Amino acid sequence: MGILDGPTPLDSLFTKHDGNITHSWTLQVETEVEVYKLYKEVLDTDDLNNVTLERERHLNYLLSGSKGLNKYFVVLDASRPWICYWVVHALDILGRTIEPDFMRGCIEMLSKYQNPTGGFGGGFGQLSHLAASYAAVNALAVFGTQEAYDVIDRENLYKWLLSLKQPDGSYIMHKGGEVDVRGVYCALSIAVLTNILTPELIEGTPEWIKKCQTYEGGIGGVPGIEAHGGYAFCGLAAMELMGTSEKLDISKLLRWAVSLQMPLEGGFQGRPNKLVDGCYSFWVGGLYPLLETITLRQQLREKKQAIKSSACQLLFNREALQEYILIAAQSQKGGLVDKPPKGPDFYHTCYCLSGLSTAQNHVVYDIEKASELERQGKLNATARSLLWAEDVSGRLVIGKEENLVVCKRSILDEK
Amino acid sequence: MTLSPYDLKSNYGDVTPIDQDDGPSPIAPIAYSTEYSTAMAYFRALVRNNEKSKRALDLTSDIIKHNPAHYTVWNYRQQILFTLDENLTKELEFVKGLARDNPKNYQLWHHRQVIVEKLSDSSKELEFINEVLDDDAKNYHAWSYRQWINTHFNLWDDELPFIDTLLKDDVRNNSAWNHRHFVVFHDLDAIDESLIQSEINYTKEKIRQTPNNISPWNYLRGVLEKSSRDIQELESFCKEFTDNDINSMGWLVDIYENRAKNGDDQAKEDAIKICESLANKYDTIRKAYWEYRKDEIAAPSS
Repeated sequence: MGILDGPTPLDSLFTKHDGNITHSWTLQVETEVEVYKLYKEVLDTDDLNNVTLERERHLNYLLSGSKGLNKYFVVLDASRPWICYWVVHALDILGRTIEPDFMRGCIEMLSKYQNPTGGFGGGFGQLSHLAASYAAVNALAVFGTQEAYDVIDRENLYKWLLSLKQPDGSYIMHKGGEVDVRGVYCALSIAVLTNILTPELIEGTPEWIKKCQTYEGGIGGVPGIEAHGGYAFCGLAAMELMGTSEKLDISKLLRWAVSLQMPLEGGFQGRPNKLVDGCYSFWVGGLYPLLETITLRQQLREKKQAIKSSACQLLFNREALQEYILIAAQSQKGGLVDKPPKGPDFYHTCYCLSGLSTAQNHVVYDIEKASELERQGKLNATARSLLWAEDVSGRLVIGKEENLVVCKRSILDEK
Repeated sequence: MTLSPYDLKSNYGDVTPIDQDDGPSPIAPIAYSTEYSTAMAYFRALVRNNEKSKRALDLTSDIIKHNPAHYTVWNYRQQILFTLDENLTKELEFVKGLARDNPKNYQLWHHRQVIVEKLSDSSKELEFINEVLDDDAKNYHAWSYRQWINTHFNLWDDELPFIDTLLKDDVRNNSAWNHRHFVVFHDLDAIDESLIQSEINYTKEKIRQTPNNISPWNYLRGVLEKSSRDIQELESFCKEFTDNDINSMGWLVDIYENRAKNGDDQAKEDAIKICESLANKYDTIRKAYWEYRKDEIAAPSS
C-alpha cells in the first residue's frame, strides 16, 4: 500500500503548523501542494495501475545529453567522470545495452583523466580527486570489459589512496582538499572494486565514522555536524564493507532513517524538516537493504527467533517511494528531477532511478556464507561485497509490470 | 571581469598553451566558451612550468569565476598566494564576492578555511557565516565551517544567543538544533545536572509550541543520552499531547518497551497497542517500521 491507495485521504496528509507558521513550514507545504496536484490527477482518473516509467524518454534524455552539453555546463567541468557515471549507471538500470563505440569513447576519455601519480581527476590535467576516481572506477566496472579494467593503474592508485589517509582514519578528497565521510566511502569503494584494499587503508576508519553518528542517529559529514542522508549512506556502506556496522547504534540509525520518508510525498528528505528530494530515493533508500541485513545478523547473534527471517524486511514504504519517483519526479521531456516543478539533470536522473531499483527489487546478503567465510578467515571487504544477491520473490512494482528496472547490489553502487 | 582570448594571448604569449585532450569521442563534451578554453590551456601550461606569479593568480581568479568548482585551480591559487605572500585579508573579500552566488560550493568554503587558518584571524568569520545563514539558515557548509571556527579558535560565547534567535525565528530549523547540541556539549567537564535540567526545560517548552516538530523531540533524546537520566521520566510529559501525536507516541513505545524488558507485561501490551495504532492509523507511511518494532517487543528474548 502506497500513499494514493493508502488508508489516509490525501487531503489529510498536509503538514500541520501547530499554530506556528515558520519558513520551514511554508516551504514544506508549498512542496506538498505541488506533489498533491500530481497525485490528485492520478486519483481523479483512477489511473494508479497505469502509472508508467517513461523509459524511452529517459533514454533519449540521457543519450542526447551525452552527445554534447552547452556552455553553461562549464560548472561541471571538474566533474566529467561524474557525468559519465551518472549517464552510464542510469542506462544500465534502464536495461539499455551500452554500444561499443559509446563505451570506447568513455574509456578513452577516462584514461586521459588518470594521473601518473595515481587516481583520476575531474577532467584533463586536473588533480586526482576521490569523488572523480570513484565515478571513473565505478563507470569502468559497469562496462566490465578487459579494456576497461586495463585502464586502471592499480599500483599508483593504491599509493595515492594511502597518501590521502589522515592519522585519525578519515580521508581528504584530494591533495590539500577537505575531509568528509564521502572520502572514506569513495576510497573504500575504489579499493574494493580494484582489489587493493589493505589494513593500512582502513586503520582507525571505523572509529572515525562512528564519531560522525549524531544524537539523531544519522551520520554527518564530519564529527559534530548534522546527520544527512547522503553522508549516512556513505558512512553505513563504508562500515558494512569493513564489517564494522555493529560499532554504530543501529536502532537509532534506523529510527532516523524511517523518519525521513515524507507522509504526503512518499519520497525522502535528507534531513528532518528539509524538503523531499528525488536523489535521496537512493541515498536514504539505499540504507534499507544494509539495515535489513545488519538487523537480521543481530537477531541471529542474540539467538532470538529470527523474526520472519525469510520474508523481506525492508523497513520503508516501497510503494510510496515509487509513487514519488514515477508520478512526481519524472520530467515530461525525459530525465528525472529533485522535486516538481524543477527541471531534470543527470545527477537526479541517476539517483532517482537507483532509488527506483532499490524500492522495486530486493537484494539479500548471504549471512550463512558470510559466517562460513569468517570461520575460514576469508571474510574481507571484497568477499562481503560479493555476498549480495537478488531475491526475486521480494520484488514489488507499482503501476505497469514493465516499470521494473534492473536490480543493483547497492553496497558498491555499480553492479 | 573575465579576460578575453586576446588579453590572454598578450599576457601569456611567452608560454605555449596546452590544449585539452579528452580522447577522440568523449561522452558529454561541453561547448566551452573560447574565453574559458583559452584560459584553461594557459593554466595547464603555467602549472606545468610551476609558475607562481601575479599573472598566474589573475588567471585563477578568471577561471574560478567561470567555474567555482574547479578544485585544481583553487588548490594552485593557494600555492601562489602563499608563495607570493599575498595579502590574505584581501583574499577573504574574493571569497565573499563569490559566496553570494555559490553558497553551496565545497571548494569555496574549504578555501576560506585554508586561508583563515593561515591568517590565524577569525575576526571576520562569524559575520561572514551569519550573512550566508541569513539567506539559507540550513546551509550545511556554513554550519560545518562554523563548527570548525568554534573549535579551532575556541569561540563559543556568541553561539547560544545566536541559536536562540534562529529557533525563535524558525523552531523547525534542525541545523540550529544540531548546533545547539554541538555547543552545549562541547565541553564534557561542564556537563552537570543543572545544565541537563535547563536543556530539558528549554526543549519541552519548544515541543509544546509545535508538537509535530521532530527536531526538538530528537534533541531531547540527545540531551538524555548525555546524562544518566532515563527516558522513563518523560512519560507524563509525553502524555500531555493528544493521543494522535506521532512523536509522543513513538516515545511512549520506547518507554514501555524498556519497562517490558524488565518484565512489566502491562507495559509490553501498551507498547504493542501503540505500535499497532501508529502502523494502521496515525503513521501509516512507517507501517513496516512500526510492525517491526511490534514484533521485536512481542518476541520472547533468549
